[in-house]
Amino acid sequence: MTADIAPGRVPPAELAANFADAHPPLSPHEALVEASRCYYCYDAPCVEACPTGIDIPAFIRKIGSNNLRGSALKILEANIFGGSCARVCPTEILCEAACVRTAEEDRPVRIGALQRRATDWLMEHGPSPFAREAATGKRIAVVGAGPAGLACAHRLARYGHAVTVFEARAKPGGLNEYGIAAYKLADDFAQREVEFILAIGGVAVEYGKSLGRDFNLAELRRDYDAVFLGLGLGGARPLGITGETLAGVRDAVDFIAELRQVEDKARLPIGRRVVVIGGGNTAIDAATQSRRLGAEEVTIVYRRGAAEMSATHKEQDWAQMNGVKIRHWAAPLRLLGEGGQVVGIEFTRTRPDRNGRAEPTGETFVLPADMVFKAVGQVFVPDPLRVDGVPALELDNGRIAVDAERRTSLPGVYAGGDCVAGVDLTVVAVQDGKIAAEAIHRALRG
Amino acid sequence: MADLATTFAGIRSPNPFWLASAPPTDKEYNVVRAFEAGWGGVVWKTLGEDPPIVNVASRYGAVSYNGARLAGFNNIELITDRPLQVNLDEIARVKRNWPDRALVVSLMVPCEEPSWKQILARVEDTGCDGVELNFGCPHGMSERNMGSAVGQVPEYVEMVTAWCKHHSKLPVIVKLTPNVTNILAPARAARAGGADAVSLINTVQSITAVDLDRMAPEPVVDGKGTHGGYCGPAVRPIALRMLADIARDEAMQGLPLSGIGGVGGWHDAAEFIALGAGNVQVCTAAMHHGFRIVEDMIDGLSNWMDGKGYRTIVDFRGAAVRNYVHWGDLNLNFRTLAHIDQSLCIRCGLCYIACEDTSHQAIAARREGSARRYEVVEAECVGCNLCAHVCPVDGCITMVPQPASAPTLTWAEHPNNPQRVTETAE
Repeated sequence: MTADIAPGRVPPAELAANFADAHPPLSPHEALVEASRCYYCYDAPCVEACPTGIDIPAFIRKIGSNNLRGSALKILEANIFGGSCARVCPTEILCEAACVRTAEEDRPVRIGALQRRATDWLMEHGPSPFAREAATGKRIAVVGAGPAGLACAHRLARYGHAVTVFEARAKPGGLNEYGIAAYKLADDFAQREVEFILAIGGVAVEYGKSLGRDFNLAELRRDYDAVFLGLGLGGARPLGITGETLAGVRDAVDFIAELRQVEDKARLPIGRRVVVIGGGNTAIDAATQSRRLGAEEVTIVYRRGAAEMSATHKEQDWAQMNGVKIRHWAAPLRLLGEGGQVVGIEFTRTRPDRNGRAEPTGETFVLPADMVFKAVGQVFVPDPLRVDGVPALELDNGRIAVDAERRTSLPGVYAGGDCVAGVDLTVVAVQDGKIAAEAIHRALRG
Repeated sequence: MADLATTFAGIRSPNPFWLASAPPTDKEYNVVRAFEAGWGGVVWKTLGEDPPIVNVASRYGAVSYNGARLAGFNNIELITDRPLQVNLDEIARVKRNWPDRALVVSLMVPCEEPSWKQILARVEDTGCDGVELNFGCPHGMSERNMGSAVGQVPEYVEMVTAWCKHHSKLPVIVKLTPNVTNILAPARAARAGGADAVSLINTVQSITAVDLDRMAPEPVVDGKGTHGGYCGPAVRPIALRMLADIARDEAMQGLPLSGIGGVGGWHDAAEFIALGAGNVQVCTAAMHHGFRIVEDMIDGLSNWMDGKGYRTIVDFRGAAVRNYVHWGDLNLNFRTLAHIDQSLCIRCGLCYIACEDTSHQAIAARREGSARRYEVVEAECVGCNLCAHVCPVDGCITMVPQPASAPTLTWAEHPNNPQRVTETAE
């Protein structure tokens, strides 16, 4: 067996189409008709289902009345990342699952698409709609320019505080820039949105500055009135089997990030046969994008069943529509290599034990693979927070422990996003940043 | 299979669906297409004296509702802008080629007897089935003392109708304008003048929209607009009321009524017929979707009649008129209460907020854990049925009539009525 890994498997025009907007925006008339499907519920279940609590019936009604500016502001007031959330939120398990039309006819109002209509309109029509209050003289450090950090920074800037954001990478946006499939946030939307958010002023971003390497928490606490940690998850979980160092074996998150950053996707090598291990949206994004790069056979292998996958049904359908095969109830045993290059992967079939966990049956099979992507989860890496080998603040189940106001165990230090416990979604991260900003503002106001 | 054939004011038609006098009936080409599609009859767009009038561009305004087009529609077009003889030649040819269809000619000339006498003679020569007097056009022609300027003065209605009956053997249908305070006055005047039927309603004076960039009413003609005649689904309730007022009027009994105003389907037609119309006339729906809509009108009405056991239109014509009463004749002791079918409820909360904010606080919003539950508070419910109207789910909220607890009581007998009729107890 020799590995078949090559770039340029797809003609340029097809490649461009493959990574263009997967779900193009509603036309103005489509939006009007869709908005008219909203019943404008009282005490609407969709609002409760939105982690940021956007007043969904209100913003949809404003689309219906052609008050698009008012509609977008209604969204952004609750969620400054309303534009990217409109594109990446798993609405099928959030607002649209709660939509009364789901109960009525299994066809929810397309809330995400409508949210995109309003926020796109605002971003196309003029500069930042937000003004800053008078300068307070307070300085706040935010670590991480992802959705949590920037949501926090934006709200603090509105209150007149001066914010400095430290970002380890070269670009802002966090997972919106590095961790989401290209066709979900097409046309450099993640960067345009960050520009829109930062246009409020009062937020300085320092790129290439990494906590624990270029500065430490103690310095931030000394130099700033408050600190917000939006660190994200630093490490990809290993499979813990032999062969992980073979060429062709990669973390799916790295592949996804490279796809987003590469100048020319035609030059990105991809295997003819790709196997993705995992059951979440990272597995879906890696597998689907492999197909769209031209991989012939792409298989997701998950140790349990479809219902247990953390990828939503809609995501699973999307992958399968893209020609990805999903195999359930199988766990990897070892990666097979030849000359240092992966050529396959051996699995054991699994079955649910009494607790519903996967247990090996002992029956094995081998899938040939030119590339293997690992997507079995990411972990929080607390190393940058360690002082003398001990984390400087309390952890909870491996992530930073926070209270309802997103306060950590250290006075003046707040945290949110994927580095704290909870569901790892952009929309949840935004809510964390928003809550922390309000708490910081209250604390600083005295 | 129901028989949809009608004889209206002596004019036979294979079905009760006529096209109203309007742009769709301006030319032979259009009318032939309508007959090919199955329309039972047409009222040819209003003829006037030569030289023809001149029309403007644009001519239509429309009201969209939640993305649905032409919920209301208006026009500022006038009567035909083609020479009289061209129209007459076409009418004669169409009637010759389509003898089984009703072909009525709409007319409007100045309020002078010789004008009517002259045009009636020429129209009669076409072999058409009848004439309809356009006393309704609310714009352009009314400023020239025609159209609704005639229809709004009962004496003129009677006078011109009498001229037409005197100078023609054709059935005369008088088309009424709704732009009056009491539709009975012109209707009775038409009958007094000898009309064979009345048709209603013509269009309602209207401004459909204002262009907020050009600051002018729509449709905008070179920067300016004018009021037009409103029609389409939005006017149907107004038309039904006026029709029913005439249908129950003692002085109007036995006079054929042609129902017009927002008829877009068989169900609308059935409602007009139930309130006394012998046939219906359609315009906006055809202008929206083309003549093909008549197929479902015929088919749907026929299926509905079969289901109800009605063999002919006459079997249910006017069947709802006896139940159209004055407010004072309603039973004040009748009670009905809202009932929410919890198995159908989708928890939108619309019934709650409508009742809470704008009515009687008769719906309670409860939570069972995270689940919402809306319940009727019967002690507060006045049976207004607002909740049933706002509920988006068919059949979820119903009004349940309560057993009679007291005999029928009308306002005339009610103790709160200062003018109540009391029996003197001696």
